[in-house]
Amino acid sequence: MTTQTVSAKSIKNVEKESVFKDTFKRILKNKLAVVGLVIISIQVLLAIFAPLLTSYAPDTQNLSARELPIGSEGHWLGTDNHGRDMWSRIVYGARISILVGIGSVGLGLLGGVVLGLLSGYYRKLDGIIMRLMDLLFAFPGILLAMLIIAILGTSLVNVVIAISIWSIPNCARIVRGSVLSTKKEEYILAQRSLGSSDRRIMFKHILPNITAPIIVFATMRMATAILSTSALSYLGLGAQPPTPEWGAMIAAGQDYMWTSPHMTIVPGIAIMLVVFAFNVVGDGLRDALDPNMDLN
Amino acid sequence: MLNLIVSRIAQMFFLLIGISFIVFMSMHFAPGDPARIIGGPTATESDITNIRISLGLDQPVLIQYKDYLLGVLQGDLGYSYQTNESVNEAIATRFPNTLNLAIASMIVAIIIGVFAGVISALKQNTWLDVFTTTGALAGISIPNFWLGTILILIFAVNLQWLPAGQLTAPFWTVEGMKQLILPAITLGTGSAALIARMTRSSMLEVVRSDYVRTARAKGVKEKVVVFVHCMRNAMIPVITVIGMNFGFLLGGTIITEQVFAINGVGRLMIDAIANRDFPMVQGSVLLVASLFVIVNLIVDIVYAFIDPRISYD
Repeated sequence: MTTQTVSAKSIKNVEKESVFKDTFKRILKNKLAVVGLVIISIQVLLAIFAPLLTSYAPDTQNLSARELPIGSEGHWLGTDNHGRDMWSRIVYGARISILVGIGSVGLGLLGGVVLGLLSGYYRKLDGIIMRLMDLLFAFPGILLAMLIIAILGTSLVNVVIAISIWSIPNCARIVRGSVLSTKKEEYILAQRSLGSSDRRIMFKHILPNITAPIIVFATMRMATAILSTSALSYLGLGAQPPTPEWGAMIAAGQDYMWTSPHMTIVPGIAIMLVVFAFNVVGDGLRDALDPNMDLN
Repeated sequence: MLNLIVSRIAQMFFLLIGISFIVFMSMHFAPGDPARIIGGPTATESDITNIRISLGLDQPVLIQYKDYLLGVLQGDLGYSYQTNESVNEAIATRFPNTLNLAIASMIVAIIIGVFAGVISALKQNTWLDVFTTTGALAGISIPNFWLGTILILIFAVNLQWLPAGQLTAPFWTVEGMKQLILPAITLGTGSAALIARMTRSSMLEVVRSDYVRTARAKGVKEKVVVFVHCMRNAMIPVITVIGMNFGFLLGGTIITEQVFAINGVGRLMIDAIANRDFPMVQGSVLLVASLFVIVNLIVDIVYAFIDPRISYD
């Protein structure tokens, strides 16, 4: 009896480990995804160690060193129109971008997963929740986020809230689809006949089995969240000056395009690299976890 | 088929009512008293009360919504709080620019996307395929406001080949088309990338199918196999992506209009949000969202027509 329990436990461990290892191995085979992982790791390191990696604060002005070009002494990425060090601003911008991404995707997942679980599990709630989601889907792209910002006012925190609400319907739809197929499985039926509560079945048995599409969605959504935050800040609806947000930096740099193009070019490349990284890692994860996964 | 169309139109009707409700309520709960905005800083309390009564703002919110909805159904979107301009007129003068931009971007996206996708699928696993798929990923990741700025820097400022936006000439003139090129590329790049990815995967699936092998075995020319046998079936999912993207392009014009200083509905909306001009925000958001829903409906119906295997029951 004891041996049986032990062996069952070890089998469980081995299985868990091998799924994780398997996925990781498969991702490592995908060269683009590896590039993406490296870029994301660099961004995370920059965000954590920002004060150690920069010699100036991101908003310290030096009016005698304005608009220095790339490669200047002491400012290898140059300075902006207020004499602020571009490298410091990019590094602190990495921190903002990753925090905004995690915040908005996290909140969006929270709402989306709960609504998706309820909608997929309870037929009675399904109609109402999904019609509500359809309503949110009726706003194209960034429009819903803009509408929410119109209510809440312009700030970076409100952008996070707006993007998280915008993420909810997509997430809810994906989770609902997975729940619908999972709840027909025999082990769920077995749980039900054992008398498990609905909440236990949903969170302990269904949720752990549908993490793959949620992880892929979250990774891809990080790309959208980071891109949209910079777009909203560019439009003046998000981060306000002097916050070193990449989109806001591009907007500020536009007036100096002719004299200091690096003010616009550098933050744009930063956004592109990070968004590219999350997109390719998302693609890689999807292929590694389940090539037949349908995210639409 | 008729059933499908009728039920979809009925659904759309409720969706549009829902959208108008959300938009109206969002503006109602937004901070800032419209009467004070209109009255300005010098208005007295009695002035503000009068303004409130004249606008019907003293009524319960649902009555206000009913009045607004009746107005919208009769084609009256209200008046701006800031300039007292009619929202209908403000949108009518700017909408053609937005529509031209969206259509031009769609054309750019389809040409680049389908071409790149087909080439990439036919030359699978060659350097051309790697180049195209990586390019498509880059296209999805590039912030379009940044791309627009860079294009202006290169083609308008340095090379001076094209004007830097502002759609002042009609689009059918040479000048008008020149003005559309940079904004259309800016807005169309993301969609081109999505279309390319969809075309590639769809083509790859079709190329491997039995009937294509049969066609080749019969000795049909490669060109005919690709363009007649493959393209016809491979384009079905691509058309959905194209249709859905048109709606997103309408939303995307907001940013592109700002980059190129184009006087369109998107810019109108951003200015209105910044000025808390609620009727203007309501009107423009309602227009864009409604168009998005209608375009999606058309895509659904077209999809059912071109692919008889689809059933929406």
